[in-house]
Amino acid sequence: MTARVSFVAGAVERRKQAIDRLARAFGFAAATLLIAPLVAVIGYLLVQAWPALTWSLVVENPARFMTAGGLWAPLVGTIDVVVFSLAIAAPVGVLAGIYLNEYARDGWLKRLVQLAVMNLAGIPSIVHGLFGVGAFVLAAGFGRSVLAASCTLAIMTLPVIITSTTEALASVPMAFREACWNVGASRWQTVRTMVLPNAMGGILTGIILQVSRAAGETAPILFTGAVFYVAIPDRGLAAFFPYGIRDPFMALSYHLFVISSQVTGVSDSLQYATAVLLVLLVLSVNAVSIAVRYRLRSRARW
Amino acid sequence: MKRIAHALDAASEPIVEAVIRLCGWSAIGLVVAILAFVVAQGLPAFANGLDLREFLTSVNWRPDSPVKPQFGMLALLTGSLAVMLLAMAIAVPIGIAASIYISEYCAPSTRELLKIVIELLAAIPSVVWGFIGYAVLGPIIMRVTDAAIGINLLNGAIILALMSVPIIVSVGEDALRAVPDSYREAALALGASRWQVAWAVLLPGARNGLLAAVLLGVGRAIGETMAVLMATGHAVQIPHSLLDPVRTLTATIAAELGETVAGGTHYRVLFVLGSVLMLMSLAVNLTAEWIVHGIRGRDAA
Amino acid sequence: MPAGDTHVVFDHVSVDYGGKPALVDVSVAIPRHRIFAIIGPARSGKTTLLKCINRTIEFVPRARVRGTVTIDGEDVFAARDAGALRRRIGMVFPLPVGLPLSVYDNVAYAPRIAGVRNRAELDDVVERCLRQAVLWDEVKDRLDLLGTRLSGGQQQRLTIARALSHQPEILCLNRFSIAIDPLTTMKIEDVLLDLKSRLTIVVVASQVQQARRLADRVMFLNAGRVVEAGDTEAMFSEHPQSPLTYEYVRGHFG
Repeated sequence: MTARVSFVAGAVERRKQAIDRLARAFGFAAATLLIAPLVAVIGYLLVQAWPALTWSLVVENPARFMTAGGLWAPLVGTIDVVVFSLAIAAPVGVLAGIYLNEYARDGWLKRLVQLAVMNLAGIPSIVHGLFGVGAFVLAAGFGRSVLAASCTLAIMTLPVIITSTTEALASVPMAFREACWNVGASRWQTVRTMVLPNAMGGILTGIILQVSRAAGETAPILFTGAVFYVAIPDRGLAAFFPYGIRDPFMALSYHLFVISSQVTGVSDSLQYATAVLLVLLVLSVNAVSIAVRYRLRSRARW
Repeated sequence: MKRIAHALDAASEPIVEAVIRLCGWSAIGLVVAILAFVVAQGLPAFANGLDLREFLTSVNWRPDSPVKPQFGMLALLTGSLAVMLLAMAIAVPIGIAASIYISEYCAPSTRELLKIVIELLAAIPSVVWGFIGYAVLGPIIMRVTDAAIGINLLNGAIILALMSVPIIVSVGEDALRAVPDSYREAALALGASRWQVAWAVLLPGARNGLLAAVLLGVGRAIGETMAVLMATGHAVQIPHSLLDPVRTLTATIAAELGETVAGGTHYRVLFVLGSVLMLMSLAVNLTAEWIVHGIRGRDAA
Repeated sequence: MPAGDTHVVFDHVSVDYGGKPALVDVSVAIPRHRIFAIIGPARSGKTTLLKCINRTIEFVPRARVRGTVTIDGEDVFAARDAGALRRRIGMVFPLPVGLPLSVYDNVAYAPRIAGVRNRAELDDVVERCLRQAVLWDEVKDRLDLLGTRLSGGQQQRLTIARALSHQPEILCLNRFSIAIDPLTTMKIEDVLLDLKSRLTIVVVASQVQQARRLADRVMFLNAGRVVEAGDTEAMFSEHPQSPLTYEYVRGHFG
């Protein structure tokens, strides 16, 4: 006599499905725990900063020992230092990435370079700061300056630029390179005319992300150039480039650190507003990189 | 004309190639320089009043004592480890669970949204997180637990956990996605539920990648400076409860370097702390790399 | 240079990849303005042999070459300008490769690399090569179309046009027809038969019958060694020099 087969769930199956539902719920909760802090943090910062969030906050300089006024000087300081450091790190990083992906033969040297990049990426930011103080501020004689801080930030952002460059280059199919070699193009000609143009989007995304990271970092600039107060012009073209390359400078991240934990008398809303400005700066740069990536994907050429 | 342009191209090529190779090798130069420099700046301290035994075993950290400066790093090391372990205890389960959810359960559009959220979370600067710990979480902790101060081990660990979750989720999700779909299909065809697929097939299969994700989170936690500086307090002590303030290695350097005399003993001891930090981070990163790629650097399946 | 005399010579050439042998003691003479076909089972070194002619074997990691390859008596591996050498040889792969450029730029790529800037000259090259590759009529109104968006058969003809764009004296085709339809294959084979009077053509045959259709001389390569080389008639006859040849051309193995 044959037993009747049915597709109704038995006890084992029901238990399995219950565990599955539980796991899904737990996972969903975990994922929600990701969104919640982001929304809560940004929301709370905005709410607390509201009274101080005015246009003059951005364009005016700090006044009355930083307890009032705007954030122009630190803002422009951050931008200047970050731009300068990327001007050093981006070319070196992209060329190093080209070396790793296009020129280096498989062997101990290539492996050593890859290991070095990986280790460089793992160095804590405060150790970068230590190196910056000892090597740039003191030994090289730059003093606490835009130059010293930029060099320190450049070393910090270099390894990630190298890695994102190699990944972007590796995404270009080998067949394209071979087609170019076969018609007589040299390695460099192939890289310049075929590989690099098609990897540019990925490379740019990597660089932009490091811009946002450098803008938010404090430890590397803590002792290499960031100061709490420096008098700068607030009118005219000089207001955009107020810091000479050998001068100390104000920076948004450092400013937040000091007014929130080191000095008293700064209003709550101003502290929160500083945090908001920094977060907005960083997130808008990230948004640019996300937009570039999106545009890349939709205009795929192969 | 064609010939001149061609000749110029050919002549400049070896120069371009040399510049490219130099840039590639610069990574090695920089790592060696940083390692050597930091260690070299710190070593003279041992000749000048830093006793190795005291350094490793004492909890007394009084670098500015006019009577006899003491440089025991045990409390600082414990502080770093305690914050890191507690943060990982919070972040790892949440991170792995979230990465399983994102990779296996949720719809593609939700996945895109969540990935953007993670990326934005990861972008929030550490000083902002420190500020949140100090100004927001601190008062909350004081109110909830009746503690005297709100900046302590618990505060730092929560903030650090929030900072570490994104990297654990994104590397973990990559590791899960790397497991071939054929594994999933085979298990589903046998009647497994999604959870059983994840538990019995994917987690073991992605084990190396997930381990690497956790280790990267650990590395980040050990190396974090500003957030713990602002959120864990300033007491140099071995914590006995979650509500005790502590001081990490990183925070110590950040708090004290500005007040030292260049070349003095205190200054050099801070470089010794930096060397310790560097070694710890290097060890963690090398382990993560070794797990994912094996010793020879070949890609694990 | 008279047709039929020797153009390319392999003299005791051996190639290995990190110790694994790909070609073992290969010696062969390839005649000018003839179609020379290479047949053999998979992994017998046919692609390696072609890569030695235009020296792109250098780009293969851990490849080591011993022996000499000469074109008109000049040692290929001693040439100072590798780019100029490669432009004397046209190379076509098994898989069609349309570069992510416009059709026009695909064909103009090689002349531009060689320094040609004159627009009229480039227009001329593009049209001539696309006509020779039997692609002109299909793309003449859409020259700005992205090369990667063409069909497989069109991309293969585009690759051939690109291979002709730098006016090579030798054209190498490596199983060019495996990814394209029989009709297009026939058209291209007709082109090759026509080009023979102006170029030396080396074809790694996609199937044995292709060698029979096209070639003047055939070489049978097996596991990196030359089994036999001779006139097509002889290779496909009842009495080739080696019984292995007899077995292979009749499809008894490989």
